Amino acid sequence: MNADSDGSDTGVQADLPEDEGQWSARLRRAAVNALPPGRLLPDRQPAYVASWIYVFGALTLAALAIVVLSGMVLAIEGPTWWHLSRVGLFVNSMHMWSVELFFFFMVVHLWGKFFMAAWRGRRRATWITGVLAFVVSIAAAFTGYLSQQNFDSQWIGTQAKDGINATGAGAFFNVLNFGQMLVWHVLLLPLVVGFVVVVHVLLVRRHGVVPPFAPDPGDLVAPEVVASAADRSVTR
Amino acid sequence: MTFPQELAGRLAQAIINLNGPGRYVHWGFIQISVANLVVIALMIVVFVAAILVPFPRRSGGGR
Repeated sequence: MNADSDGSDTGVQADLPEDEGQWSARLRRAAVNALPPGRLLPDRQPAYVASWIYVFGALTLAALAIVVLSGMVLAIEGPTWWHLSRVGLFVNSMHMWSVELFFFFMVVHLWGKFFMAAWRGRRRATWITGVLAFVVSIAAAFTGYLSQQNFDSQWIGTQAKDGINATGAGAFFNVLNFGQMLVWHVLLLPLVVGFVVVVHVLLVRRHGVVPPFAPDPGDLVAPEVVASAADRSVTR
Repeated sequence: MTFPQELAGRLAQAIINLNGPGRYVHWGFIQISVANLVVIALMIVVFVAAILVPFPRRSGGGR
């Protein structure tokens, strides 16, 4: 029986000893060891997390949620609706402006993390998944511009084709193929962005937020030095 | 269009007129739209503000 110190069933260990070697039991143990519930959803954070810089990571997630929700509505209703109806124009604009805010917040978050060298302390994977999220989001936004179904998307497609073809990617990524760009935009790239963002957030939970830089030794003054300086100033 | 909607539309137009071709800034080989330049400037302003503006703390304090 799996019992915690208070006798409650933790549900982590297998019910029967002979099941401990099963892949499901091993995967469950590995997942809980990597991310115990208290670390996955902590009640408190270190004092240095009380900074506006960290708010921008959360704002990026909030903007992404609006992007996904408004995109789902657009996918349900279709281009005639988002170009011609009042509500459609509103949702279309909301989708575009939430993407603008998504990138805005993500770049501020990126600058903050860069100047804090947030890859320190075995946090390289957290940094790399953030970079991946940024790069894949650019591709998702690009295919979104190509999926608008208007003169703007035609202009962007015809301007981009030569550059894309020059890289050789045009063989499998044809910016003039609307159906292909739409599927990349509404299925493949959102899946990749969503997956990378989830992994990024889980890594932040696993390794924690990077602590501030340690002060230079020259900046540190021992208390006895301060006290002796104070004594000298008094005696003079 | 009803009167409040028309009024709201006219007010929005009065703030900034986006109904026309974009304006671009040229500096050597660098060419960037004014809209993108404004967004970059805003990001820098917000970034500096995020560093300088004190974060409100709950009474009793965190860990």
